[in-house]
Amino acid sequence: MGEAIVITSGKGGVGKTTTSANIGAALALSGKKVCLVDTDIGLRNLDVVMGLENRIIFDLVDVVEGACRLEQALITDKRFETLSLLPAAQTRDKSAITPNQMKKLVTDLKTDFDYVIIDCPAGIEQGFKNAIAGANRAIVVTTPDTSAVRDADRIIGLLEKEKVGTPKLLINRIRPQMVKNGEMLEVDEIVNVLAIDLIGIVPDDESIIRSANRGEPVVMKHDSPASLAYRNVARRILGDSVPLMNLNQQTGIFSKVKKWFGMG
Amino acid sequence: MTTTRHKVTIKGTKDGLVFFMDDTCSFDELIQDLRNKVENSHQQILTGPLIRVTVNLGYRYLTDEQEQQIRGIIRKRGNLVIKEFVSEVISREQAYLEQLASQIRLEVGTVRSGQVLEHQGDLLLMGDVNPGGCIQSTGSIFVLGSLRGTARAGMDGNEDAIVAASQLLPTQLRIADVISRPTEEWLDQTTGMEFAYLKDGVMNIDKINRLHRIRPEWKK
Ligand SMILES: Nc1ncnc2c1ncn2[C@@H]1O[C@H](COP(=O)(O)OP(=O)(O)OP(=O)(O)O)[C@@H](O)[C@H]1O
Ligand SMILES: [Mg+2]
Repeated sequence: MGEAIVITSGKGGVGKTTTSANIGAALALSGKKVCLVDTDIGLRNLDVVMGLENRIIFDLVDVVEGACRLEQALITDKRFETLSLLPAAQTRDKSAITPNQMKKLVTDLKTDFDYVIIDCPAGIEQGFKNAIAGANRAIVVTTPDTSAVRDADRIIGLLEKEKVGTPKLLINRIRPQMVKNGEMLEVDEIVNVLAIDLIGIVPDDESIIRSANRGEPVVMKHDSPASLAYRNVARRILGDSVPLMNLNQQTGIFSKVKKWFGMG
Repeated sequence: MTTTRHKVTIKGTKDGLVFFMDDTCSFDELIQDLRNKVENSHQQILTGPLIRVTVNLGYRYLTDEQEQQIRGIIRKRGNLVIKEFVSEVISREQAYLEQLASQIRLEVGTVRSGQVLEHQGDLLLMGDVNPGGCIQSTGSIFVLGSLRGTARAGMDGNEDAIVAASQLLPTQLRIADVISRPTEEWLDQTTGMEFAYLKDGVMNIDKINRLHRIRPEWKK
């Protein structure tokens, strides 16, 4: 029986889809069987970021409504072999499925896959409720700005209420120079407020935008900071204790964050 | 001289006079005897310099109206000052309120954005209140952690209530009906545990080690 991880945020555009694609791809590169599930019905993106848009025949709503079998809707990513995508429907909306249907679907997927990575839509309404329904744990994505952190806090509260374990935090789009100038929230400031464990920090990196446009997750190339950051996140999911990346080439940040992973 | 048993017995003590009120007779009989004693008999003790009076009601429960009636009669004697009413009984409602007020509720966890933690009485939270989160109570609020969200103490109008926090950095504070927002200087200067309180209807902040001066009556 595999494990289902929902990638969520509250605020839109902070990098849920990017994170889902890269964590999924990195886990697949480590030999795990992974299924990516796009629950952003009506605003699907994950297929585009993965470069699989042109292979969609059936989607999640088709499966739930019984228009096709689950295996028929799954798109196998030929670059990884162990990676599949269950795309969202584009012509429907969030109310096309229910949390219970989602729970059943994820349970089915977990029998075949080691990891089911669920890309959650922004917001706290129906789409969010669907996305977290079948999840065993959650990763909350935020960017280092006040409103994204506020929304992350709200989401963490809701996840705790729904008993989706204690979520882990991923801080995306960090710009070390801005942090240094005091124009951006610091990592430990954010962790302090949200009071949950960090699973990774990802720098703001142009290669993310280029690779999204090409339909190739950054983790496929080993030449960018964001690629390394996401591969580290995947290793932490697998249970390795990997130190946080040193984004501003300063000693100090490492010793500060060490304790969040219990590496003493 | 009447032959009926006294309903009101007056005794002198070091602290003034104690009026022992019979708690088995009817209220009307009691009032009658009280009026009689204060207005007609006992002239010798009930004149002269100011005397403090304690009214001991035994097991009788008085409504507010009845209490006013007794106060009115005693006050007719210019030299009598009522110190207090003592009674062995209180109403069920008051008992409940006192019970609540004497209990301090302990809570553990983070009050996150969009969440409300509420209590009747005093509330001690071991954890943070984040921006967008709200902690509120009819009594005082104590936060062993950072208070970054909104706190409302003395919700039913208790102006003696305080809000204390290890780090008092609230978005907004309310005590009774007074609303206040921290200033920039306040946020910059905070060090150590502080508390907010009302003085003459204005919100003030001070270090926790000065609480005993501001609320000396809380000291046991
Ligand atoms: N670390 C990064 N560096 C640079 N650009 C990034 C980074 N992460 C995400 N982006 C860009 O930000 C935009 C939004 O990212 P993404 O679509 O992953 O967010 P989302 O949270 O899924 O959005 P939505 O709420 O709309 O689903 C994209 O254009 C993406 O390429
Ligand atoms: Mg998305």
